Order: sequence, then structure tokens, then C-alpha cells
Amino acid sequence: MSKCRVNLEAPEVPIREVRIGSITGFEGTAGQLVKCAKAGMLRENSRSFSQCMGCSSGNAFCQLSMIQDAAMVNHAPVGCAGDFFTFNFVYRVGQMERNLPPVIGRYFSTNIEEKDTIFGAVQKLEETIRKAFDRVRPKAIFVTTSCASGIIGDDVESVTEKMTEELGIPVAACFCEGFKSKIWTTGFDSAYHAIVRKIVKPPKKKTNKINVINFWGSDVFSELLGKLGYEPTYIVPFSTVAQLEQISEAAATIQICPTLGSYLGAALEQVYGVPEVKAPLAYGIAGTDAWFRELGKVLGKEAEVEEIISVEKAKILPQLEEYRAKLKGKTCYVTAGAAHGHALLALLQELGLKVQGAAIFHHDPVYDNGDPRSDMLEHTVNTYGDIPNYNVCNKQAFELVNILNRVRPDLMIARHGGMSLWGAKLGIPTLLIGDEHLGFGYQGLLNYAERILETIDNKEFVTNLAKHSTMPYTQWWLEQNPYTFLGGCAHVKSY
Amino acid sequence: MSKVIEQPRYSCALGAQQTVVAIKRAVPIVHAGPGCSTKICSLIGQGEGYAGGSTIPCTNASEPEIVFGGENKLRSVIDGAFQVIDADLYVVLTGCTSDIVGDDIGQVTRQFQELGKPIVYAETGGFKSNNYVSHDGVVRSIIEQYVDKQTDFNLGKKEGLVNVFATIPYQDPYWNGNLVELKRILEGIGLQVNILFGTESAGVKEWLTIPQAQFNILISAWPGLDIVKSLQERYGTPYYHFPYLPIGGAETSRFLRGVTEFGGLDRDKAEEFILKEEEKFYSYIERTADFLLEFRYGLPRKFYTILDATYAAGFAKFLLNELGILPAKQYIIDDTPDEYQERIREQFRNISELRSAEVTFTVDGGHIQEEIRAEHHKQRSLILGSGWERDLAREIQADLLPVSVPITYRLVLHCGYAGYNGGLRAIEDIYDRVLNTYR
Repeated sequence: MSKCRVNLEAPEVPIREVRIGSITGFEGTAGQLVKCAKAGMLRENSRSFSQCMGCSSGNAFCQLSMIQDAAMVNHAPVGCAGDFFTFNFVYRVGQMERNLPPVIGRYFSTNIEEKDTIFGAVQKLEETIRKAFDRVRPKAIFVTTSCASGIIGDDVESVTEKMTEELGIPVAACFCEGFKSKIWTTGFDSAYHAIVRKIVKPPKKKTNKINVINFWGSDVFSELLGKLGYEPTYIVPFSTVAQLEQISEAAATIQICPTLGSYLGAALEQVYGVPEVKAPLAYGIAGTDAWFRELGKVLGKEAEVEEIISVEKAKILPQLEEYRAKLKGKTCYVTAGAAHGHALLALLQELGLKVQGAAIFHHDPVYDNGDPRSDMLEHTVNTYGDIPNYNVCNKQAFELVNILNRVRPDLMIARHGGMSLWGAKLGIPTLLIGDEHLGFGYQGLLNYAERILETIDNKEFVTNLAKHSTMPYTQWWLEQNPYTFLGGCAHVKSY
Repeated sequence: MSKVIEQPRYSCALGAQQTVVAIKRAVPIVHAGPGCSTKICSLIGQGEGYAGGSTIPCTNASEPEIVFGGENKLRSVIDGAFQVIDADLYVVLTGCTSDIVGDDIGQVTRQFQELGKPIVYAETGGFKSNNYVSHDGVVRSIIEQYVDKQTDFNLGKKEGLVNVFATIPYQDPYWNGNLVELKRILEGIGLQVNILFGTESAGVKEWLTIPQAQFNILISAWPGLDIVKSLQERYGTPYYHFPYLPIGGAETSRFLRGVTEFGGLDRDKAEEFILKEEEKFYSYIERTADFLLEFRYGLPRKFYTILDATYAAGFAKFLLNELGILPAKQYIIDDTPDEYQERIREQFRNISELRSAEVTFTVDGGHIQEEIRAEHHKQRSLILGSGWERDLAREIQADLLPVSVPITYRLVLHCGYAGYNGGLRAIEDIYDRVLNTYR
């Protein structure tokens, strides 16, 4: 399959639907989806009824809001800044975990109002950027766009160019209008495009640093990479502008979830020659083996890696067997974002659970590196067998409730807010794990098994909650095929 | 004046989706981009409620709806909502995308109204205003497009029935608790109360009796004025306006006496209730007066408010008169329209018989914090603000009670600060924080 060509000349990165053919609607089995995707036969199905989702601007912000010495300007009405504090809170929790001093996130809204939609708001944008600069004295300013700024046609790129010159720091535009893509992870790509275009500098030397593209999970890579003589640079949250300038000098890039880092990994490889580790994710035994071997190959440390594999695996096997025995025959259902969700499916099956189905937020048939080895769903299906009731579903709670009500698994695993409630309301023990590194590697299997056993064991709360809960869905709906509203939309052209 | 906002403390016009979520068994249908609803919930939506959060039906407007219009998509989502969501009232709300491209959502909604469906619409494109303003529009839409059509006007007015329009649900994090107490005290003086939102309301069937009220009560600096004025025009219902949240003994009694006089209620019965409540309230104050007077290791002696006008004036009067804490600078962050600012200044000019306080209107929290930081902090202070004030409070060694959104550092269920009980709760919460600073 062909690679996406990264083009740093263009202010905007093309959306995922166009760039790599991603979709948000599918029903079938995981195996069918993989087959369809490989044959280039994936077609988007839209829904004639839908519930609110997330948008690109939130995801762009998720990556830009925790750069330690940057400020953020959201060119939008004030409502688009509704998630400012949510990210500020995550930022501050992360400061505690990293022993950093408490600092508030510096985020500004241009507060687009009615008159601005008629006369344009570029002056307001300039004024806000200046104000952010005066107040914060940041090393860089990121400007994120909105539906409103996009539709009224404000020339944000020109403003940021002008302000870069005026202020003497990079002022980078990040185009993440919500309406442009149905796949909110497009916002990650937009943020990374802005960073690679305006912040990252050409390498002066090669270092022993390895880029780890992640959210804000716990530090599992220092020890691991240390054994091989390397050290991790976690990007983008909690890095500094100076660190980001130098990510082009790294020895390699690691993805903790290619849905997150797809574009950044490919861009660094294509533009600056930083090799990306292209392998299944290190979840489950087979995935972890394959991932370690690829890492060894990229770094030229094959022998050392084999040593790590055998030592680490031996360490966990007895305990793993014990957990497997306890979990044998238990059923579960998964709702999560793509790639990480695929990894969880591998991990759960490795632990001996029976996966009854999954609602995964979108599907990328291929990542920006164009390499089939990065396809975690294919790896999972090939290693552990097919998964029934595989639904590509961008956070549509009504489909989830319908399915859960039929399937009634012993356990639901969720990886996104707003979903876990529905398991619990039906009396199904439900687990949401925030730390995306918890399931990583061999040890990750044990970490997850422990939490799963704890969750399955704790029935009192969900049983009581289910007894006293209301259900906003009609009885009619709970009796319909869960995919009733998927696919047949007469009014709307899907693209 | 510049209206750039660092540290936002309210939402856009579409934020009024939470007004709908706060009505029992009502559901918003959002015709907007895919992330709007979720972003609003993250600022002003603690908990999903019945059909809020991830349950909210949404068209998730994408490129084709911008280019070709989104009316068909909206029609299809409304259609689905009636089949899938079990609710008593459906409220169609628009976001920026729809309002800029000019979808005729009135026409789409009317098709369902003509079928007798309980559905109304309001244009709430984010850029059009904020949720302090749009709350009124959404409430009016429900009354004008639904209540008005369902009401039997032969029933006439009902003596002793009042509609209460007070805080804005979810924008006021303590809305439910406040409404519970307001209903309790108004019932105490003999009224029958339509509280309209939250656990103490009977939901949509209560809304249907709005036209029958003897009079309306507005407890708010300026939001809600549009509602009560329109009800006066439409149903001839007069309104009593109390321009701040009554907190504690003195102000709650003042409020109840005002209502009693306005409504021509039984004064003896009202006074009997007031007396009983005051007796309870001040017995607690008396019990704690020695602590307030004798605690030697430092209690806050001045306060900053960084709140909306309704809360700011309410807390200022309470803190000064009931607890003896003196006002420092007062900041009002609700984007108060110019025409109401003078009235609010007047409230602060007469904060007590002896004292007035300076008040600044600004929406820019970052600017407020810069000003407070630059002041000389000789006395220990109390900040009534939001989660954004965490570091500021630590730096100037102030005690922080988060009253405004973002409220993230508190879990709010039925806590409220209105009325007699709210006043006691406020005292507990403030001094809890103070005492908790000692090792």
C-alpha cells in the first residue's frame, strides 16, 4: 500500500477520510473488516440517527495544551473553550506525577461574536495573540481554528505568519475545524502538522533519544530503553518547545497507539529520516515479542532485545498462568478508540477472556507509514482468531446500550468517557483504565489481569446502581437490530 | 473594551443545552458540529443526568451540511430521536454551523409540531451570545411553542401558585441544591411552587401550569428578566424581582418579606415561618460566634468574588453582614450587558449600611488574576471563584471556595448556598477550608 506523502508546504494536513481512507461506520466481524480494508473495499456507512461525539479541535488541543512553555489561542466562540479546564486539570495531574511545579495552562479564546461573523475576526485574533504573548512570554503560540472561523473564512495562516515575524517566536496555525472530519483523531494530525511545520528543526546530530508519541501515561520506557542504551522523549504533552525542536535528531520513534501518532511518526521519518518502529503494539505475548524484535532491528540491538524478551517473559509466566485460570471462560465487551482498542482485544484474549464484541470509534485501513505490520487489528485476528459483533462506531451510546443489553458480558472495558456508565447501568462490571501504558509489554498483562479480577469481583455497586437506574432509551429501540440506523441514510451523501 | 478571554467561566449560546438537560425527562437535539455538545458538558455538565452527556442526539454537522445545508440531516435525527429516546420534551438547538449557513430549523421543527409531537426549537449558534443570555431564549421557546399550545386557558389563575426563575442550571454548579431550598422556603410562607428544574420539579407537566401562576419570582441580577417580562406580556403575570441570590438569615428574610408583600400573602403566616427559620439559623451562628471571634491563628478577613452578578452580590452581602469579612475588589464575569451594570454597582454601593465595594466587570479571568496578584496581601483573604483560582489562592495564601464553573475540584450533588440552609452550608464549607490549612 502506498504511503501518505507528508507535505509541509501546505498549511493544512488532509483529513483522515481523504488521506488514508478512514471510516466511522461498519458492522460485521473483525476479520471481515480487516479483509475489506486490505482489499481497498472499505466504504463509509453513515447513520441516520446519531449522538454527539468529539471533534478535531478537542484532540488537537489535547496534544498542544500541555507543552510546558507554549500558549494556546483558540480562534472560536467561547463555547469551543469548554474543554480548556479539562485539559488544564490533566496537565496539572501530570505535573504532580512528574514532580513538576504547579503551573496553570495558558489558554486564550478570541471569543468570536455575532458581529465578527459578518466583518471577520482576524484583528481580534491578532490582538489575542499579542495579549497571550505579553502575559505568558511563551516560546511558541499555537492557534487552533473552529467551525465558525473556518466558515467565515478568516485567513488564519496569514495572521500567524505576520505574528511570527512581529513577536519573534513561532506562531503556528493548527487547522482543526470540527465539521471538516467525522474522525476526531484528525485533530492529532493537525496538531502534529503544526509542530513539524513550525517547531521542529532539521537535525544537527543523531542522539540516543527515542521519541515516544503518547498522551500522558506512566513512565514505562525509561527502564526498558535504558537497558538498550537509549532514553525516551515523551511527546507531545509535557515536552518543552526546545525538546520538540530536536525530535528530528532521535534514533527512532515509538508509537504507543498509531491512531494517535500515525502522522507524526510518518512525518518525522519522511522529512528527517527518523525511523519509526513499525510493528504490532506490545500488547499480548505475540504482539510484545514482535514489537521488541522490530525495536531491536531498528536500533541494531537484536541480541540484547532477545535477552530482554526471554528474561521478561519468564518473569511473568507463572503469574500469568494463575490469572488465566481465574479468568477462563469469562466474557467481555470492549469500547475504545482504534489501535488502542485493537491492542486491548489482543490483551484480553491473551488472558483467556472470551471477547463477545467491540465498538471501536473508527477504523484506519492503513496508517501514514503505509506499512501493514502496524495493523494491530490484523495482528489480533491472525493471532487469536476472529471477533464477532465488531462495530465501528464513533461513540454512539445508543448502539452500545442495545448491544450490551443483548450480549450481557461478564465485563465491559471502556477507554473513553461517557461510555462506561452504560455497562454499569445494566449491572455489568465496567472498567475504564486511563493510563494508556498500563497494559504495555509482558508486565502489562499482569497489570490488566489484576484490575479485571478486582472489577469482576466488585459486583455490589453495579448491581445496586442497575436496580435504581433510569433508562433514556425506548423499549422499542432495545428490541431493534442495533444497526437499524446505520448505512441507510437517504438524505445525506457520505463521503 | 477587549473581550478576549483567558480562563473561560461560562459557555456559548449552545450552552443552554444544559437548561434542557435540567428539566426532568427532557432531551436536547443538537444541530451542530460534532464536538460542541461534549465541550459544553466538560465545562458545565457534572454528570449525564437523564439524557445529557453522551446520550444527546446530534447531527454532528460535517462538510456536506455546510455546503448543501443540514435540514435533511436534522429531520432524520429528530425522527430517530423520537424512536430511540424516551422523553417528554425534545428541544432542537443549533450551533454555529447551522446558524452561519442559515438552515431553516423552524420549518423542520414545525413539521413535527404539526404532528402533535412535543418538540420546540431555539437558535443558539455559539457566536450569537452566551448561556447566560440563551437560557432565556430556550425557556421562552419551550413556553411559547409548547406550553402555550397545551394549556387550557379556561383554568385561569391559581391563587398562591408561583413560577420561580432563579439560577441557570449547570452554569450555577449548585443549581439543584439552590432550587431545593428556594422551593422549601417559599412553600414555608404558604406558596405553591413551580420550580421547573431539577429533582424537586414535576417535570414537563409542571411547566404546563406556568400560565396559571398568580405571579412569577425572578431571583437573578439580570438573566431571566427577558423570561418574566415576556410572561407578563403573554399571560399578564406580574413578577417580583430579587436581584441577587439570598444567602443566610438577613437576606433570605428580606427576600421572603418582599415576596409576601408583593403577592399580598398572609403576613402572619409568613412571619411565623421567618421567625422560626431565623431562630434556627442564628442559633447556629451564635454557637459558632466564639470560634469566629477567638480563633487566634488566622481567619480570612477580606474576600474577593470572581463570580456572576447574581452570586457576587448575594455572597458579598452575606460575608460582610453575617460573618464580618470585608470586601476587597469584586469581579463580575458574566458579560453583564451595559444596561444592567449600573444597577449591580448600586447593590455593591449599599452592600451594608456602612460600606460599599468597588466592582469590575470583565470576562477575562487572566486579567483579574493579574490584578489580584499585584495587590498587597497583608490580611488573609477568601476567594470565591472557580477552579482556575487554585494557584492564585496558594500564591497569596488565600482560602478558595469554588462557586463558579469550572468547579472541577468539588463533587456537587445537592449542596446549595441559597436561603437559610445554604447560608449554614456556606459557613461550614468556608471554615472547613480554612481549618484544613492547619497541620
